[in-house]
Amino acid sequence: MNDYRGIFADGLWNNNVVFAQMLALCPLMAVTTTATNGLGMGLATTGVLLAANVVIASLRQFIVDQVRIPVFVLLIASLVTLADMAINAWLHELYKVLGLFIPLIVVNCCVLGRAESFASKQPVAASAADGLAMGLGLTLALVMIGGCREVLGSATLFAHASLLLGDSFAFLETTLIQDYKGFLLMLLPPGGFLVLGFLLAGKRGMERVMEKKGVKEEFHCSVP
Amino acid sequence: MNINPVAGAPHAHDGDSVSRLMGLVLLALLPAVLYGVVLFGWPAVNLLIVTLIVCLLCEAGCLWLAGRSVRLGLMDGTALLTGVLLALSLPPWAPWWIGAVGGGFAIIVGKQVFGGTGQNVFNPAMLARVMLLVSFPVEMTTWLEPHPWLSGSAPGFLEGLLITFGHSEIADGVTGATILGYARTELVMNHALSQILPEHYHTGFAAIGWTGGSLGETSAILVLMGGLWLLWRKAITWYIPVAMLGAVLVLASGFHWLNAERFADPVLHVLSGGLMLGAFFIATDPVTSPVSRGGQIVFGIGCGALVYIIRTWGGYPEGVAFAVVLMNAATPLVDHYLRPRAYGRTWSGQSRPISERAKHAAMGRDAGSGSR
Repeated sequence: MNDYRGIFADGLWNNNVVFAQMLALCPLMAVTTTATNGLGMGLATTGVLLAANVVIASLRQFIVDQVRIPVFVLLIASLVTLADMAINAWLHELYKVLGLFIPLIVVNCCVLGRAESFASKQPVAASAADGLAMGLGLTLALVMIGGCREVLGSATLFAHASLLLGDSFAFLETTLIQDYKGFLLMLLPPGGFLVLGFLLAGKRGMERVMEKKGVKEEFHCSVP
Repeated sequence: MNINPVAGAPHAHDGDSVSRLMGLVLLALLPAVLYGVVLFGWPAVNLLIVTLIVCLLCEAGCLWLAGRSVRLGLMDGTALLTGVLLALSLPPWAPWWIGAVGGGFAIIVGKQVFGGTGQNVFNPAMLARVMLLVSFPVEMTTWLEPHPWLSGSAPGFLEGLLITFGHSEIADGVTGATILGYARTELVMNHALSQILPEHYHTGFAAIGWTGGSLGETSAILVLMGGLWLLWRKAITWYIPVAMLGAVLVLASGFHWLNAERFADPVLHVLSGGLMLGAFFIATDPVTSPVSRGGQIVFGIGCGALVYIIRTWGGYPEGVAFAVVLMNAATPLVDHYLRPRAYGRTWSGQSRPISERAKHAAMGRDAGSGSR
């Protein structure tokens, strides 16, 4: 598939990792207590996805079919270790927040899923585009869910964004309601499931409206 | 071939309906509601009204979104009952947004998300109460000493509005712990029950409900009377209430007998907190409790045992809401193992063997018709 527009539409909306494939839910529930954490986790996973797709697509001729899964896992684990060390070295504040979950990108099903269903069958350039698109789709989902939970749970948005993006992005940090009492449930895992459920329902609703309006939509479904 | 379609089952109907059942339950709750209002004054009225309005609005909004008849959905009374049960389990002087957030959560997340009336897995009111308790522990544990209507200490109408809708802090003097909460704090400090109880607890006051607590849970006797009336009207069956109260009584008696200084007596357990309301009005919710008689008894015993365990060893002084919600989650499992026997079949689902008498009767009939 060399249709890059289709690849990006798939990754961001039609076949979004979270909103369509329902993968990567474990890091989703664990880290999305703020939009900033979601953004950091999303970007880290995007990096890993991009690198993993490129490496696996370029080695796909040499990987024997029977042992492909262990080889994929090995490659992904090496890349995640690199990402883990890089974040620890250059974004140490973020690492303190996300630390536990960065190594777990290894077992994030969306990375292995893309390797298996896309990168192992497609040329390098298309795989790179797919990795980027899927990663950005995941980032979008993580930021949206993190943002909803943060607004409802503590009435802030992008708190501590300067730790992730540098001081120039400190303007993103907003407090919506002063001395908000806090809605603890939203910061606990049930809040993550609730927000995910309502966003999923919202996406389905939007798609239904778009269909009714006659917008031609192609629904791709590649279940990894 | 012409097949006349008949309407689906049930073919025989005694005129019972969801709205009639809800009406009966609401009527049975009326004494407890009125008593709560008298005991805690205008703020309790405000909280009740806010909770009810939010519940009805959310129900109407969800029904409209789902494209169903808003009028029919509201007329069945389930949203109203959910609102009343939720309000009854709230601290009477809680701020308005407790009732609003709770009501919205109960209807939207507790009920409509699952598909509306009759589809919900958990009791909506109790789900909302658990959510509120976990999210807003301070507001949900600010209990009032009784401030009876028209007595000097009762807040006037404007003062009531300020308490519910304003930001005024409730003065320390008027609040106090419930007996379950107080006993728990003191027990943690290794005080014996014989020192704790006498000055703070009186069986008679606890029975009529002249004590601090949730809006409509204080008076065990009024709730019990409502429950017995429901039993008499056959709106509920006795299996769940008896099993639930019985489990608490048995456990409490046993442990009280072992160590009276550490474990409170069974009467205190039955009269305090939301146990009576839970046993008769909440656990008996036909949607979220098992179908068969055996299943209902298991469900009731589970609720009662969990209430006792949470009250005695758990992190919260009261556990009716948690117990009911946990057993709601177990209801499909209970229903799976304790199915009613299908008519004409054995417990394992085989056809029942035909008895000799039935065979003879059938043969006789055949012979009779053949000879004619």
